[in-house]
Amino acid sequence: MTTLPEKTERKLGLVIDLDTCVGCHACVVSCKGWNTENYGAPLADVDAYGKNPVGTFLNRVHSYEVTPEEGTPQLVHFPKSCLHCEDAPCVTVCPTGASYKRYEDGIVLVNESDCIGCGLCAWACPYGAREMDSVEKVMKKCTLCVDRIYNENLEPDDQIPACVRTCPAGARHFGDFNDPESQVSKLVTERGGIDLMPEQETKPVNKYLPPRPKDTLEEIDILAPLLKPVAEKPDTFIGWLNKQLDKI
Amino acid sequence: MHPTPSVIIFTALSGLGFGLLVFLGLQMPDVTGGVAFIFFAIGFGLAVGGLISSTFHLGRPERSLKAFKQWRSSWLSREAIAAIFTLCVMAIYAIGRIFFDYDIRILGVLGAIMSLVTVFTTSMIYAQLKSIPRWNTKLTPVYFLSLSVGGGALLAGQIKVCLFLLIIAGLFQLIVWIKGDRALALSGTTIGSGTGLGTLGDVRAFEPPHTGTNYLLKEFVYIVGRNHSAKLRIITLILMIGTPVLLLSLPFSHLLAALAVISHVVGLFISRWLFFAEAEHVVGFYYGKR
Repeated sequence: MTTLPEKTERKLGLVIDLDTCVGCHACVVSCKGWNTENYGAPLADVDAYGKNPVGTFLNRVHSYEVTPEEGTPQLVHFPKSCLHCEDAPCVTVCPTGASYKRYEDGIVLVNESDCIGCGLCAWACPYGAREMDSVEKVMKKCTLCVDRIYNENLEPDDQIPACVRTCPAGARHFGDFNDPESQVSKLVTERGGIDLMPEQETKPVNKYLPPRPKDTLEEIDILAPLLKPVAEKPDTFIGWLNKQLDKI
Repeated sequence: MHPTPSVIIFTALSGLGFGLLVFLGLQMPDVTGGVAFIFFAIGFGLAVGGLISSTFHLGRPERSLKAFKQWRSSWLSREAIAAIFTLCVMAIYAIGRIFFDYDIRILGVLGAIMSLVTVFTTSMIYAQLKSIPRWNTKLTPVYFLSLSVGGGALLAGQIKVCLFLLIIAGLFQLIVWIKGDRALALSGTTIGSGTGLGTLGDVRAFEPPHTGTNYLLKEFVYIVGRNHSAKLRIITLILMIGTPVLLLSLPFSHLLAALAVISHVVGLFISRWLFFAEAEHVVGFYYGKR
């Protein structure tokens, strides 16, 4: 059913900390690895060792340069995957019902055996979170590692999305946004988590924590070395040493 | 947007075909027997040919029957249902006209209305997409419908109506271009809102995620097509509107009418090519492109 649930029981999603992300792309690699070997069709690579390698990825890390009005530019690494929007436009456009948003946890998924590969959901997504697999000819997207988070065969530590599990900087957090006491809800409140493209009215579940303001150094007067010494007549040990040296 | 041939052929031909069926359903021209057969064959050929072409756009065309399920939310699903329903209604009406010289009035009128509804649903597939500001406007259905009935009137040989409708369609085409050129800027979406970093300063895409290209760039960031858009727009207006209007204003001959049709169809294809090639998807901002 491609109509959206009015409300979901849980609201699972990610918080991505742009202050902490170091742009190592480990989340990209672990995502590709897990999702190629597990749920659904593998993520294809075409011409992987040739001149024009192209592949399907559910998570990609961009890097942006932000130049403030005053001060030095700043580099921000920016991982981007499906935001599991509450008003997901990719779901409602699907003609077959292959795309759907789950009532129980709000995860947006594609039933690959129903997907006709029309691509309209990728057109509807403003974030570029969906990619058509060039080999399987079906739409691929982030599943929030639905085959990890409920998988009791895994250690409890591993029952989180692969990208979160692997992030060496701790820049990715996973949890339920419907629970105000969850770590993700608290992070969003404390750090002022934001929506991407709010004007597109998709109500993304995933939130981004903006970079914290940079430290500033206290002002140093460049003429300082030219100033007269404050203590013109040194006393104590330095004064004694000064006198002795004068005598030589 | 990448101007995929199958989708350009689909929207152009099915628009023309259903446009012709509108007039045939309203008995313009009032024909029966063999002549009616030829008219209906052209209408059905274009409409069905366009629909078949659209299936080449699918990754998994063998599953296309599943596309009829989600009419409650999906314009693509509604389009599929409307098209098949219209073709069925018009088929019964056509059989009556061709073989029995019988006019099932109510089916003709219903078929004409449903033909318009079908073209409307096609246009809404594009107009609904907020992610593509140039299309996300009421002008998109107006553009599709005005060209559909204009081209339909041309194929139906309704010269006076056609002259009127083509000039209207030309005006709408101009408005679509002029307004469309500002749509992306007016949408409010920028690299700043896309990254959420706009409040901190000027944002510039520094490094893309990969050294190579990807599906998103190929499908949504089609820069090549915009280089000659001004020239192509003029060519479109001359071929799609100007030439047919001029030729039809001259004393009628079948040769001139045929030339008018050819000119219009070529112009229509360029217009539809521009419709896709000029459309900017907001995902381009993430790559510092548009």
